[in-house]
Amino acid sequence: MKKYRVFVMGLLLVPSLALAGDEPVSEMAFILNTFSFLVMGILVMWMAAGFAMLEAGLVRSKNVATICLKNISLFGIAGILFYLFGYNLMYSGVDGGFFGSFGLWSANDTAALAGDYSGNYAASSDWFFQMVFCGAACSVVSGCVAERIKLWSFLAFCVVLTGFVYPIQGSWSWGGGWLADLGFIDYAGSTIVHSVGGWAALTGAVILGARKGKYTKSGRVNPMPGSNIPLATLGTFILWMGWYGFNGGSVLSLGSAGSVIEMSNVMVNTNIAACGGMMAAMVLVQLMYKKVDVTMALNGALAGLVSITASPASPTLGSAVLIGAVGGVLAVLAVPFFDRLKIDDVVGALSVHLVCGVWGTLAVPLTNSSATFTAQLIGVAATAAFVLVSSSVIWLILKVTIGIRVSEEEEMLGCDAAEIGMEAYPDFQRVSIGGSTGISGYTTSSVLRN
Amino acid sequence: MKKVECIIKPFKLDDIKAAICDLGISGMTISEVRGFGRQKGHTELYRGAEYQVDFIPKLKLELVVPAEQVDVVIATVLREGSTGRIGDGKIFVSSIEQSIRIRTGESGCDSL
Repeated sequence: MKKYRVFVMGLLLVPSLALAGDEPVSEMAFILNTFSFLVMGILVMWMAAGFAMLEAGLVRSKNVATICLKNISLFGIAGILFYLFGYNLMYSGVDGGFFGSFGLWSANDTAALAGDYSGNYAASSDWFFQMVFCGAACSVVSGCVAERIKLWSFLAFCVVLTGFVYPIQGSWSWGGGWLADLGFIDYAGSTIVHSVGGWAALTGAVILGARKGKYTKSGRVNPMPGSNIPLATLGTFILWMGWYGFNGGSVLSLGSAGSVIEMSNVMVNTNIAACGGMMAAMVLVQLMYKKVDVTMALNGALAGLVSITASPASPTLGSAVLIGAVGGVLAVLAVPFFDRLKIDDVVGALSVHLVCGVWGTLAVPLTNSSATFTAQLIGVAATAAFVLVSSSVIWLILKVTIGIRVSEEEEMLGCDAAEIGMEAYPDFQRVSIGGSTGISGYTTSSVLRN
Repeated sequence: MKKVECIIKPFKLDDIKAAICDLGISGMTISEVRGFGRQKGHTELYRGAEYQVDFIPKLKLELVVPAEQVDVVIATVLREGSTGRIGDGKIFVSSIEQSIRIRTGESGCDSL
């Protein structure tokens, strides 16, 4: 079955390969490829909103404003750092090496403007598409270290992550570096984006320590439930939708029948992997705990999405469901696992992005015969080593200089009051009491004053 | 004047309120409270970790009425607020020294 599928995929590719060799890229193909990067990039940007809402819903009310600020500001940092350092470090002159070059990035479309479309797409569209991925990797970290990290220390970490750590490890494969030469395959970033965020989050969580009161000495876990389940659900749906751009855009072209067929398969597999992850998570949680925890079901959907991200084009629908389902199972098992290690992950970022990022990468050879298990393992291990070491160094430097954790009193008060002097839900008063449950309706105090 | 303070199950509010108003009593105050008595709490689960919730949401209903009406108010609340199960709540009666209507300055039973 696998050989047949590869054969068919190969047949589809042959005409486009022939075209690439014999005929120049048409202006239409150039336009469509550029269009794909732009629109898919917008969907990936939208994932930043998804992360923000998911995290806002899973932290306590007293920390919601801070997490919103962290999410939007890290995206701003990613955009600027990717221009200052990131893109060129990741893509410019890597040549089988370990990193690219330094220098401000700027668009060069001279050839295309002169009628030569062999560049395949407008330069800025590629920069845009890659930049939003950088932002996504950074977003993974913020949820894990929430509720006790200092705002500016976190943002300082993001500067180094988006400007250097992410681009350097990204250059090894997507930039045409040494991992690409080994045959490592990570289609849309299970390792390059998700596990990188995961490893950085892991070191952060360990060096930062757990929230006060989360774990008792006897090893009991004190839950700290999130403030807004609807927001968390909305965030998950937004991430799911954005993922169509994340994986779909990673086809990297739209200019031929072959590429749109591949994009269609990618979208379908991406979706069904999320379905598989979510259902597997729901069933497992029901079996393990006798009740379905909605936050674990949300994590399950995301786990499926992360798992398929390493190779969303190659599997059959059936394989995609299974890959997603395994991801969902792993995420559900990982949540109490990290709690047993007393690693406090507020939103399940480690369980979803780290664990499933690794699983998704290692699963590629199961459906894609161009991949080897050895190359995948080397890729996972090398990325892990690099990000673990570099992020630990950054966290430790920050810890001994400006400090990374708010004081115990500030943590009790809440980051919103302590760090930014603002509440997420200020002045909400209930009005119009009545009805069968006795209470309904909210308004702000400004209305009540009249 | 007496204050009748009732801790009730939240879903009983409508029935009690309607019956109290039928008695001709024109005002009351409610607040959301949490508490427990003999009704034990329950266990909840969040991301695989169990925790005990002891304080159960209730409503506190406060009425200040002329002393003569206390008995009929109590009887009404008992009738409408009881489910027969643990956790129905309690009624407390205390004396009110003074009562004043802010708009007009009326005091005593005229202000109720």
